[in-house]
Amino acid sequence: MIRIITFLSTFLVIAFGSAYAEPKKVGFIYIGPPGDHGWTYMHDVGRKYMESQLGDSITTTYLENIPENADAVRAIRKLADSGHDLIFTTSFNYMDQTHEVAKDFPDIKFEHATGYIQADNVATYSARFYEGRMIEGHIAGHMTKTNTIGYIASFPIPEVVRGINAFYLAASKVNPDIKMKIIWVFTWYDPGKEADAANTLINQGADIIVQHTDTYAPCQAAQKAGVYAFGQASNQEEFCPDAHLTSIEDIWGPYYAERAKAVVDGTWSSGDTWDGMDKGMVVMSPYNTKLMPASLIQEAVNMEVGIKDGTIHPFTGPIYNQAGELVVPEGEVAPDGMLLGMNFYVQGIDGEVPQ
Amino acid sequence: MNLDLILGILQIVLIATTPLVFAGIGELVTEKSGVLNLGVEGMMLVGAVSAFIILVITGSYFLAFFVSILSGIIMSGLFAFLVLFLMSNQIATGLALTIFGIGLSSMLGKQYIGTPIDGLSPWFFVIFSFLIVFLVSYFFYKTKAGLILRAVGESHNSAHALGYSVIKIRFLSILFGGSMCALAGSYISICYAPMWQEGMTAGRGWIALALVVFATWKPERVLIGAYIFGGVTILQMNLQALGLRFPGQFFSMAPYVATIIVLVLISSNKLRIKLSAPASLTIPFYKGR
Repeated sequence: MIRIITFLSTFLVIAFGSAYAEPKKVGFIYIGPPGDHGWTYMHDVGRKYMESQLGDSITTTYLENIPENADAVRAIRKLADSGHDLIFTTSFNYMDQTHEVAKDFPDIKFEHATGYIQADNVATYSARFYEGRMIEGHIAGHMTKTNTIGYIASFPIPEVVRGINAFYLAASKVNPDIKMKIIWVFTWYDPGKEADAANTLINQGADIIVQHTDTYAPCQAAQKAGVYAFGQASNQEEFCPDAHLTSIEDIWGPYYAERAKAVVDGTWSSGDTWDGMDKGMVVMSPYNTKLMPASLIQEAVNMEVGIKDGTIHPFTGPIYNQAGELVVPEGEVAPDGMLLGMNFYVQGIDGEVPQ
Repeated sequence: MNLDLILGILQIVLIATTPLVFAGIGELVTEKSGVLNLGVEGMMLVGAVSAFIILVITGSYFLAFFVSILSGIIMSGLFAFLVLFLMSNQIATGLALTIFGIGLSSMLGKQYIGTPIDGLSPWFFVIFSFLIVFLVSYFFYKTKAGLILRAVGESHNSAHALGYSVIKIRFLSILFGGSMCALAGSYISICYAPMWQEGMTAGRGWIALALVVFATWKPERVLIGAYIFGGVTILQMNLQALGLRFPGQFFSMAPYVATIIVLVLISSNKLRIKLSAPASLTIPFYKGR
């Protein structure tokens, strides 16, 4: 009898012990507020998705509005010190800070968004947003009447330049007369300035506004002026229903869930992930059926299918730079290395990338 | 360059510059009375968020601006109480007010982020901003009350000896500054970029503070300075969009460089800045000394 009780209690301890194992703690560092309806908002949506998938096996924490300076070290270290097992740092310029803290905590796993340096306990991940830019460019080439596109760019980093090029290559393919007007605002986040830039572009004849900044001010300005716009990072249709054609949405949830699960299971390993539409990391918002002809929507959907199955690549040769040099030969696609370091405009775009 | 293009640019400049004029003229009146309030950015944010929340709840533009101005009066009243009655350091208190305002506005506005609203046409406020500058100018240089206010800012002991209530005049000047800053904030969240986002004033409060010095404490020059700043910002965007091959960073920096250059030019004439800088600025007033 005693033996059975001992056995049972041992069994129970083991069973419940594992069922009640400490949940893994997952932390996030956000550059903005989760309510920005853009970049940080989508990371937070991803965090919530992860929670819903993994239930009680994890708990999550986030620190918002962390500047990309020494404060970030403090914030990351705070998460590390408080027993987090996995920490996502969700902006490019957290790179050095993430590695600095990661060195001191070899048992904690780190994931750095849009970075390119890995370590044993630091993985990097990003999404191929340029695939969405190609579809936007294709739509813009068809929808513009003035043949003038206004593009609001934030900072001259490869990510942004790549988007401009992917957009222009697709737009000029359907409409060779297209002209791009680009304004660099040197901020991710200033609703007033973003609206000024949009209004300036519209005033100069642009009838489609593309943005690579974080608020929906440009889309609102387009709505007011009666021109079209593409949203950014999340579906922004509700803010500008008569202007919004589509947005590129960043879908981080499945990746976050997968990585957190790996930590729970003890199978996490470092690496570099750069996924696109095929893995569902980049998704197009529903196309605006009120504004776009059905045939164009069908073309856009077909493009999505082509990008997913690999038959379409936004950077397919021949591609020339502004000096007229062939950078991607006919029939080839640009290698990831070139895309990751892209700092030049393709032929046909006026102006220069600010250096 | 055709006429439409130029008119369009002018419109954008007017819309973009108006909040700087409001905040700048408010701060100018405060400083003229001898008090430096560095809380402009914080008061603007609280003004912006309170206008936005009231508009979402009530749907009334009038109430939105009314409550916003009220919030500016409360924020600046708090500041006035601290610096005038408790004699706290103006610079530290002003900085604290900005930090407080940033936090308070984020907290209040949390659930209103991303609520769509119908923006209001900015033109009434654009005209009002010009009007207020001329009214302040008239008040300072053509009325007795304006003269007294300036006297308090120049030498509070003399003004006190003449029987004027230094504390009361400073209190009212600070409240006026606070309400103008709140108006600037509500203009941003209701007219300029109709939305609420944390920290959406994006440093305009600090530019307004610089403008007051740039204007050497003269109302009309606040207007001129604000329009130089706004004009250069919008002009550089236009040049970029026209595809001119210039480094964009240079253009983004240009308005600040222009501000510094003008500051240096003005300051090189020491007498001129001495004539208009309030002599008692940031100096606390102790009654009975």
